[in-house]
Amino acid sequence: MIPSIPQPRFYKGIYTGYIALFFIYLSAPLIVVGVFAFNDSLFPSMPWEGATLKWFFGSEGPYIGIFNDSKLLESVGVSAFVALCVTLLSVTVGTCNAFLFERAQFPGKNLLYVVALSPLVIPGVILGISILVFSNAIANGVEETIGWDLDFLRPGLFLVIIGQFAFITTITTLVISARLRKFDISLEEAALNLGATRQAALWTITIPFLKPALVGAGIVAFLMSFENFNTTLMLVGSDAPLTIAMFDRLKQGSTPVLNALSLLLMIVSGGLALLSVFVQRDKNT
Amino acid sequence: MTTSTGKAGAMRVGALLLAMPLLLWLFLLVILPHVDLLLVSLRERISYGKYEFSLINYIEFFVEPLYWNTYVRTAVMSLMATVLTLMIGFPVSYYIAKVMRGKGKNVLFLLCLIPFWVSELVRTFGWMILLRESGVISNFLQWAGIADGPIEMLYNDATIMVGLVYTSMLFMVVPLVSVLDSLDDSLIEAGYDLGGNAFTVTRDIVIPHAMPGIASGCIVVFMLTLGNYLTPNLLGGKDSLWFTEQIYTQFITRFNWESGSAFGFLLLVLSSLIVWIGLKLSRQTLSETVS
Repeated sequence: MIPSIPQPRFYKGIYTGYIALFFIYLSAPLIVVGVFAFNDSLFPSMPWEGATLKWFFGSEGPYIGIFNDSKLLESVGVSAFVALCVTLLSVTVGTCNAFLFERAQFPGKNLLYVVALSPLVIPGVILGISILVFSNAIANGVEETIGWDLDFLRPGLFLVIIGQFAFITTITTLVISARLRKFDISLEEAALNLGATRQAALWTITIPFLKPALVGAGIVAFLMSFENFNTTLMLVGSDAPLTIAMFDRLKQGSTPVLNALSLLLMIVSGGLALLSVFVQRDKNT
Repeated sequence: MTTSTGKAGAMRVGALLLAMPLLLWLFLLVILPHVDLLLVSLRERISYGKYEFSLINYIEFFVEPLYWNTYVRTAVMSLMATVLTLMIGFPVSYYIAKVMRGKGKNVLFLLCLIPFWVSELVRTFGWMILLRESGVISNFLQWAGIADGPIEMLYNDATIMVGLVYTSMLFMVVPLVSVLDSLDDSLIEAGYDLGGNAFTVTRDIVIPHAMPGIASGCIVVFMLTLGNYLTPNLLGGKDSLWFTEQIYTQFITRFNWESGSAFGFLLLVLSSLIVWIGLKLSRQTLSETVS
């Protein structure tokens, strides 16, 4: 059970074997996605036809590589734009929320905190449809009363950004609050005693302290937005973010260009994930 | 006196300014949309632009067996996926938290996390390559002489389950590892000293200690599985019959927002109810579970 208690060899062997099996289960789908990116075949399936880099750089149909597939590249751009907007918005609002919940006292704080957590327990599809229904109601109301056509409230990128922001802000709030809770407020008071203004103390003492959490929350927000599917599915208009574009291709059946794209995504998001772990690991300060 | 009240006043204005983003976010994007969803689900379209209060959308749900069955099926399969994830994830979490020591422990934990930074779409795509008729496992079985011809392993319930458990694993392993980490080894040793064996020690010491982690893991996994769309849709094909697909069909394909809203609300009620029961049973609050 634990190293200090001797166990029969046989049980130990079974346990280790189980753990090994588990990690094979975890890694198998990711490995095959990566390996088949190099298969010289029109379908991401067996048999193995030899190695190729066509699915990355190919430019002659049907061997269109990812770097020449303008539709997929465009959707990567759309996703990056959406993710950047969501990151900026959710980290800003999350920081405000963290200060509010950690520093201020006001009536109804606990209730507000529970409501702020609630997006975590609302399924993504439902968050999507509720924002779709509500924004549509506003757009219709405005059109009927003053005749303006508020196009941005119809399905499209604006709603996708808003929808993702709605639940990602909960996560950034939690990450930043956790860090702010560890902050020793006497440091800020010392700065004030030494003649700093409130703003100067905030910008030179508190925000630098929060920086690991801000960067970490930003990376998490970016990745969650980039990979979001459920909420986006209900709010998407004509510009398809990457997950939606990939989903459509998968349903139709696609060439291994999707594997090449997936492999690149894995490398980038794996790198970002490791980065966020190391940024937040800094616990000494 | 005047300066201190002035300062307090400034603080209050500052707090109010700080509260504006929060209030806008919660009211415009969380509370009002869900109130509106409820209102839309409670109306019936009479003619173009004319609506009347009615329960028809909910009645339709209970009268039409397809909707009702899909709802129950989604709930039961989510429950099964949750139990399976717990059973598979618990020994792994225990291994990471209690058996491993030092650096290897952190590496193993990180290895557990990394797959989940990759998009769910990519992970599901991987399972499709493994399991399809011309896929890796089917070919391997033929090569090994176990199967005579290609085997289609996609598009059935077992495959959906494999995908759901895979997608949920992180949300079970993380809370379990952190709660098992806090279990003192001496308690386990004491259990053995007092004549316990692996089974009784696990039952009477490890599991009771891990209960908060088990609860929060199960709640999150159940909720995410219930609201999942990608995995059942891609791995289950046309017969996956997942409730989120019904919602999507009503909204996007049939453009029947009233009935889609009713379905959405019913799913929300089910999900919230299970979360609430889980919290009550484990005597926790939502704030404790997430932090």
